[in-house]
Amino acid sequence: MMLSVQGLRSGYGRIPILAGVTFAVAEGEFVGILGHNGMGKTTLLRTLMGYLPATAGTVSFEGRDITAGTPTARARAGIGFVPQGREIFSSLSVYENLRMGCLLSRSDERRTIEEVLEMFPRLKRLLDRPGGALSGGEQQLLALARCLCGAPKLILLDEPTEGIQPSIIEEIIETLQALRRVREVTFILVEQNLKFLTALSQRILIIQKGQITREMSPEAIADPELIAEFVGMGA
Amino acid sequence: MALTGLLLFNTLTGIATLVLICLGLGIIYGMMKIINLAHGEFVMLGAYVTVFAANAGVNLWVAMLILAPVAVGLIGLVVERCFIRFLYGRIIDTMLASWGLSLAIIGIVTSLFGNTVRGISAPLGSFPIGHYRTSLYGVFIIAVAVLAVVGLYALLRMTRFGLVVRATMGNPRMAAALGVAPPRIYMATFALGAGFAGLAGGVLAPVSGVSPVMGAAFIARAFITVLGGGPAIITGTSIASALFGSIDEFATFLTTPVFGQVALLLAAIIMIRFLPQGITGRVFRRSL
Repeated sequence: MMLSVQGLRSGYGRIPILAGVTFAVAEGEFVGILGHNGMGKTTLLRTLMGYLPATAGTVSFEGRDITAGTPTARARAGIGFVPQGREIFSSLSVYENLRMGCLLSRSDERRTIEEVLEMFPRLKRLLDRPGGALSGGEQQLLALARCLCGAPKLILLDEPTEGIQPSIIEEIIETLQALRRVREVTFILVEQNLKFLTALSQRILIIQKGQITREMSPEAIADPELIAEFVGMGA
Repeated sequence: MALTGLLLFNTLTGIATLVLICLGLGIIYGMMKIINLAHGEFVMLGAYVTVFAANAGVNLWVAMLILAPVAVGLIGLVVERCFIRFLYGRIIDTMLASWGLSLAIIGIVTSLFGNTVRGISAPLGSFPIGHYRTSLYGVFIIAVAVLAVVGLYALLRMTRFGLVVRATMGNPRMAAALGVAPPRIYMATFALGAGFAGLAGGVLAPVSGVSPVMGAAFIARAFITVLGGGPAIITGTSIASALFGSIDEFATFLTTPVFGQVALLLAAIIMIRFLPQGITGRVFRRSL
């Protein structure tokens, strides 16, 4: 297993959010995670990335226990993170944001950026702009491109469609599908947009009250009545 | 005509002095958001290193341009590891800690070397402007200030280290997710700022009375200038130095040095009233 999570608990201060999460992700898989607001989706990703300490349970990545690792150590081990709100370095130019993504890249910086930009043609004409001047959708593309520059083995995607115009959502779906054809990357996607989630995920985990309660196929998710029970939005 | 030239030269020297004492603070306060009240003492330590090294027979230029910044940079490194790193994000606590540090440094230096004013004579002699003669050392101060600004700009803009520093100061959590170890970058940046303070102390040692309390003369002007400069620390500090330095020199010329300082602070207060984000909060926003 590429990533294996056992009985993971964490939260903010004394408020527990994750109440024993257990799941595993195989190499090359694309796993979606679905749940209500407040069920712990973002907390799960932030704990997996090391921003929140695990109060119990273990996380192992490629067979190594990383439960106590810092975000820096996890990034260096090969975990990439595209956070909620995108977290673009707003005073740095788009190109400089991509250069930051290259810190962990083993190949030449210029060539890495050129290769990644082939997948994100929309960013090519924006390279000199400050990251903060981009639209939400462009920032999302940049956050994804920046993450890919470091060639991570596992990418954690936190609600990439939040606040983004539909045309760019389509573009991100196509980009990720194309990416999976050419590169061996494993994904964990947290998302509320069902169309986005089902278009990409091979299997979908339902998170409720801080635990993974069920696993579903993308086809089953497409049934609105079934889904209403788990996410309560009847999309 | 010669008087105008002299006044102009003195103004440039004043601006250069202000730039030198502000750059280190620009890094530590402007970029890292640490209110380091021991900044003046870092400058003082740089001056002491220079005086003692020069008196011990070290070449004066080596003492002020290499020894002073390196020694104070290392002191900054130790200070960051021992105090500051536990206080990131806690502005008031950092202020108190660095104020305590400032008093401690003054106390230590006083008990070690005595409460006396030391000095080294300014090298280079003088040169004429019309029928006035003025110190050639002022030209050197201007040159060092220009080189320091250009050097810091190049470091931050053109090197990978500079890129990582700018990104980490903007968003340390995201930088960590890209493989940066933010604690190390904070450490290095603080040491860099301290090193610039040491450089200022070294270069200004021959033209100021070197005493344990000399830092107090710099700290208020330095903070008000960096604050007035705004978020783009290099451009902002340079413009604010030029503005405040000119006001200081002209007011001093017309009245006395005391009024020069008063005029500087008044101008700063008025400016902050109209530009609360500093000069670069309004113009040159995209500069560094």
